[in-house]
Amino acid sequence: MLLESLPLVFVLVGLVLYAVLAGADFGAGFWQLFAGHGERGERIREHAHHSMSAVWEANHVWLIFVLTVFWTGYPRALAAIASTLAIPLFIAALGIVFRGAAYALRAGAGSEREQGLIDTIFSISSILTPFALGAAIGAIATNRVPASDAAAHLFASWLNPGSVLVGALAVASSAYLAAVYLAADAAALGRGRLVADFRARALAAGAVAGAVALAGLIVFDGEQGVGHSLLSGDALPAVIASFAAGLATLVLVYARRFQTARVTAAAAVALVVAAWALARWPTILPGLDVGQAAAGHDTLVWIVVVVAGGGAIVFPSLGLLFGLTLRGRFRAPETAAAVGAAPPRRPAPLRLLVRVSIACAVAGVGLLNLADASYAHAIGVLCLLGFAVTAVLAVLVPAIDEQP
Amino acid sequence: MLAAVDQHYLLQARQMQALSFSVHIPLVCFGVAFPVLVLFVEWAHLRTGNPVYLTLARRWSRILVTLFAFGVITGTVLSFEMGLLWPNFTGTFGSVFGLGFAVEGFSFFVEAIFIGIYVYGWGRLSPRVHLLSGIPIVLTGFTGSLMVISVNAWMNHPGGFRLVHGRVTDVDPFRALFENSYLWNELVHMYAAAYVVTGFILAGAYALGRLRGRWGHYQRIALTIPLTVAAIAAIAEGPIGDWAARDVASTQPVKLAAIEGLYATTRGAPEHLLGWYEDGRIVDGIEIPHLLSLLAFHSFDAKVEGLAAVPADQRPPVNVVRVAFQLMVGIGALLGLVALAYLAVWIRRRRLPESAWFYRALVLASPLSVVALIAGWVVTEVGRQPWVVYGVMRTDAAVTAARGIPIGYATLAASYAVVFCGLFWVLRRLANSPLELPPESEPSAAGV
Repeated sequence: MLLESLPLVFVLVGLVLYAVLAGADFGAGFWQLFAGHGERGERIREHAHHSMSAVWEANHVWLIFVLTVFWTGYPRALAAIASTLAIPLFIAALGIVFRGAAYALRAGAGSEREQGLIDTIFSISSILTPFALGAAIGAIATNRVPASDAAAHLFASWLNPGSVLVGALAVASSAYLAAVYLAADAAALGRGRLVADFRARALAAGAVAGAVALAGLIVFDGEQGVGHSLLSGDALPAVIASFAAGLATLVLVYARRFQTARVTAAAAVALVVAAWALARWPTILPGLDVGQAAAGHDTLVWIVVVVAGGGAIVFPSLGLLFGLTLRGRFRAPETAAAVGAAPPRRPAPLRLLVRVSIACAVAGVGLLNLADASYAHAIGVLCLLGFAVTAVLAVLVPAIDEQP
Repeated sequence: MLAAVDQHYLLQARQMQALSFSVHIPLVCFGVAFPVLVLFVEWAHLRTGNPVYLTLARRWSRILVTLFAFGVITGTVLSFEMGLLWPNFTGTFGSVFGLGFAVEGFSFFVEAIFIGIYVYGWGRLSPRVHLLSGIPIVLTGFTGSLMVISVNAWMNHPGGFRLVHGRVTDVDPFRALFENSYLWNELVHMYAAAYVVTGFILAGAYALGRLRGRWGHYQRIALTIPLTVAAIAAIAEGPIGDWAARDVASTQPVKLAAIEGLYATTRGAPEHLLGWYEDGRIVDGIEIPHLLSLLAFHSFDAKVEGLAAVPADQRPPVNVVRVAFQLMVGIGALLGLVALAYLAVWIRRRRLPESAWFYRALVLASPLSVVALIAGWVVTEVGRQPWVVYGVMRTDAAVTAARGIPIGYATLAASYAVVFCGLFWVLRRLANSPLELPPESEPSAAGV
């Protein structure tokens, strides 16, 4: 059972990281829409835009991680979810398309009108995407996604009070996280007026997110046939802890302790996901629990190996990226490149490169196209690679060494 | 056998998938090959100290990050479609092939992280560290394409599982993804194609500039580097393509028969250039006797299996596959000629060709390379039909039962039309932004 559960734990951790990191990026889009007019609005929009410049693509990848691990570990469950929730998932995909495109297009915006249009597209898709994803999760949470009977309830599954509330919670908590992070960033940059703007937004959004979460608790407990109460058993401590973390964040933001507030705000969101998972465990969909949905033994072992190996590479890399970003390295003024006087250089060994290139080409074609054995093909490919690299260098190194 | 799903719009679902794929794959080429070019230019700056190279590397890196963002979003759509359009495929075989995408996800992760560091690190990291921060982008571009292609190779040449009553058992993901002869030729073929496409598109852009009179040291080097890489890769594609085709001949005989329009199983089969497949034969084509047997099996009289070897409902649409194949090979040959012309001038005169016709050819080569790329994937994917997993699961058993596919298809097509107009707009803006030589530090408000 442990092996069958582990991939789902990875998926949930990925979901938490997506909610906490990409969620804040979505929230930044939310605040761009509600930045107000004039110079002050412009300042808020710029701050929201630049805070995520280096990190948004990496934050977004957590969703890909969640999807791929889920469909490898629990393919039947994914098939059922994707069939019934085709519409909200498709909306989320479109939202991701417009959001990413708008972000990239902003680099080319010349006039204020162009930038305004791009920012509006960005903001609307930044609200639509978390809402659609949240509503899809709400549909699963309220047991409206059957394990079989694909494509049942294309609309009713996610357009109902319970699911819509989860969608609203996703938007509200994104806005709340973003406001806290942006206030912290502004404080780190020593920009007092921006700090005040985002502090007020964090307090308001935190209150709204808390209210939506409370309403969700009440609606969920009243839902017919949900059967997984958030207010009893293992889930209750997580629910209480989530509200406590949310309240602590409000207090910390009020007291201008933004760096600590970052952590508690993220914890509040993470604990919501944890409470949901604990309430349902081990059910994935009605009539389909973790053990039944899980892939075969070897696949599960490979998932663990891949996640452990991938994590060992990704987490230090992420640490580097966030370290550089949070320390403000990517907002520091640029220093002129230190490469002034060129070091004395050796001319390229042109004759040698050409000879090696011809030898590799002849050997490569012989091994790849005349021989039949697999190992010959493998060596043939390497020879062709050698040909390509030496030929390119033979042409290009003299070309770049030549002075105009 | 897995039963067909009741889905009236199977063809639209396939077209929607094909559209999503066709817009993504040229961006993948840039994800694989462009970082190598940018790093080469940055290295050229470190080697010579010439500020022109720094300017070029920085401008290219802005294009790189823009194209990467579009690759991210179109790739995300593809991963959603695995579930949205083909839930029965993913639901049945997710445990077999899914890991390929999981590892690809990690590659993509590292790529996104280091692209962030690389692009925002200009002038903020030491030149050497900055160059090093680009290396992971190159490596993960390779591993990412390796993993995606391992899944495609598995779909074309499946193994590593048994199917019992519609459920997979005895799954061995490693065997499924890596112990597969198909993986290697598809990977190498695509990897080289990435350099061909990226190189010719960039070279075409600067060739157009030259024809319009924009020509200096900066433009010359910006054309020479991608052109050289594309030329060498285009030449290498010849032997690589031959290798891939021979593997198709031995493992997917029906696909080969569709490529060649060969109806009856034939000894000493001829090859037809051009022409059209009709009623079991090629009309209006140029026949070259014995050539197909010779190319596919290295023997004058080798037996080549024809389409008649399988029932009619297990044959792919012959003309689609055949025309796509001839397009790919024909364009590939033309690109090879352009490459040889360039290299011949280089060897004799150590400079670029001067004829305007050469630059007009480069301008034309730019879109043609993309056509060849997509045509090649049409051969692979349409040639596999009617199977999604060759010989195991038919595409009509993989499709979703959900309604509304035409609406989704139309919405996606319209969205992509808007978004790609935006992409061309921003690329033009980036290309036309004033060239500053030597470079001044750009204001960070410029974004990417």
